Amino acid sequence: MKNLNSILLAVAAYLALAIPAQAQEAAASLDARVNEAFANATGWFVNFIFMSIPGTNFPWIVMWLVIGASVFTIYFAAVQFRFFGHAISLVKGDYSNPDDAGEVSHFQALATALSGTVGLGNIAGVAVAVGIGGPGATFWMILAGLLGMASKFTECTLGVKYRNEYPDGTVSGGPMYYISKGFDELGLPGGKILAVLFSVFCILGALGGGNMFQANQAHAQITQITGDFPGWITGLVFAAVVFAVIVGGIKSIAKVTEKVVPFMGILYVGASIVVLIVNYDMIGWAVGQIFAGAFTGLGVAGGFVGALIQGFKRAAFSNEAGVGSAAIAHSAVKTKEPITEGFVSLLEPLIDTVVICTMTALVIIISQQLIIDEATGNYMLNEAGTAIATVNGNGGVALTSAAFGSAISWFPFVLAIAVILFAFSTMISWSYYGLKAWTYLFGEGKTTELIFKIIFCVFIVIGAAASLGPVIDFSDAAIFAMAVVNIFCLYFLMKVVRTELVSYSARLKSGEIKKFKH
Amino acid sequence: MKLVIGLDGQSSGEKALEFAKSIAAHSVSCELIVVYVIEWSPFSFQTAEENAQRHKRREEEISIAMERVVDPAVASLKEAGLSARAIVRHGDVADTIDDIAHSEGASQIIVARSSAGGLTSRLFGSSTANLVMNARVPVTVVA
Repeated sequence: MKNLNSILLAVAAYLALAIPAQAQEAAASLDARVNEAFANATGWFVNFIFMSIPGTNFPWIVMWLVIGASVFTIYFAAVQFRFFGHAISLVKGDYSNPDDAGEVSHFQALATALSGTVGLGNIAGVAVAVGIGGPGATFWMILAGLLGMASKFTECTLGVKYRNEYPDGTVSGGPMYYISKGFDELGLPGGKILAVLFSVFCILGALGGGNMFQANQAHAQITQITGDFPGWITGLVFAAVVFAVIVGGIKSIAKVTEKVVPFMGILYVGASIVVLIVNYDMIGWAVGQIFAGAFTGLGVAGGFVGALIQGFKRAAFSNEAGVGSAAIAHSAVKTKEPITEGFVSLLEPLIDTVVICTMTALVIIISQQLIIDEATGNYMLNEAGTAIATVNGNGGVALTSAAFGSAISWFPFVLAIAVILFAFSTMISWSYYGLKAWTYLFGEGKTTELIFKIIFCVFIVIGAAASLGPVIDFSDAAIFAMAVVNIFCLYFLMKVVRTELVSYSARLKSGEIKKFKH
Repeated sequence: MKLVIGLDGQSSGEKALEFAKSIAAHSVSCELIVVYVIEWSPFSFQTAEENAQRHKRREEEISIAMERVVDPAVASLKEAGLSARAIVRHGDVADTIDDIAHSEGASQIIVARSSAGGLTSRLFGSSTANLVMNARVPVTVVA
């Protein structure tokens, strides 16, 4: 024991002496090495996903998402508007049978799915969209959010319909289940292969957008306040806490987060409203900028197409409509009518994108962090010409933080806490989504689950250490790859949803489905 | 005549049971419905994992309530030669007891005096107090 103590003392003394000089250099170069290795390893995948449609500079994947959302909107005759009121009634519990009380309610499923999506996409992602695509990106983001409601509706209905219910009363659901079971039911080939492909991308998405992007931006937010220090330190702390929850089974941490996150969300929207009220005279101007930018670009890279691409990309990344992740979260609901869960889920892109993302965008625009060339009225680009020049050269979460800070000086501190909590809750949610895909591939069992959980924690450290560029590229690519498989399969399965929709609307009209509360 | 007896798993529930027995003994035909409500809100926040296991937990909660509180109560009423049955449900205690009494067409609700005291009952009110204030059926609170 004495020996051990003296060794520890010696090590501590060495570290204390060495850290200021050598170790910091070593740490910085470790970050750089992680960064370089990561960019090299993922480059080909990112390039493929974001390949432009030949002859244009329009990435095919953005087109894919928009076409998907539009097809579902048309196929279900604007279900997101027709059943909007009904969705609210369902969440309020008007149609819940009191005999089923104690099961997961529609509200709970919605809240759980939302805490997985509301997060850095709304704070940092929007800043990236507006920072590159200008205010006009907001317009396209809102449009993508409204259309995305139909994609969510489709995937979440299927998620509940084709989930697995085990004899012990637990459930597993998600695209991998509806793809394989649904294709079998319709007599289509290849369901199993597509389900496996989806699961692979889902694991990558969980490690990318659901993990590395979160860790990366949480670190960026922390250094805003503390000053610069190596990312892997933040990564290790995050990894340790996540490890404690998902491996150590310390549920209390996750429970506390789940309870605090919704209030952080409300606080965030509240603060945005305060900033807007303080600058009420500029709201008209900001809305004008959004519309003008949407169709002219106002000088951003790529013109209005650049704004459109950024808007659609960030909307999809934030609300995950068409990606398939929400279908995993929603499938836990015990309901006789899978379609009711679809109705409830269509509220997510609305809350996430149309409300919260728009708030962030308005705050950034109104705070005038983006520099306008007074002579032309257009936005000025930074030296590299890749994004709009900002007052302090900020991008991502730092830009949002600066925008709030210009109106409420102490808010960056609250935002930092919110970002850390959002990042953490998104990681917990995605660790569950990733795990479901992992167990679909490798079977359920303690050892296989543990392997995934450890990999997940390792990626937190990598994510925090790498710089924003490669992380955001890989995160996007992985999440969008999920959408490639998911939307492709939804085209085949959407007729199943339509049958449900037709039957449900008829019974709703005839009064067979009635409210329990009046 | 139908009587709803609301139990909370505390010893004071015994008094409510005894009181109900004495009323039932004086009437010709009386059905006793023993109700136990597991405090639960559809508007709470849960993790995805908790949701996935919710159905299993619910079954467990119901069977524990049956075993520890409700079944012994029904057995003691039946022993006394009375007709009795049990309902276990999740929800807000006061609202749920009132809903059951109302929909069953009960003529009276019998509950024990609140066992909660101090700060919690000052802040949130006790279930008994809420029931007395809002019930649509006459309520007897047994001291």
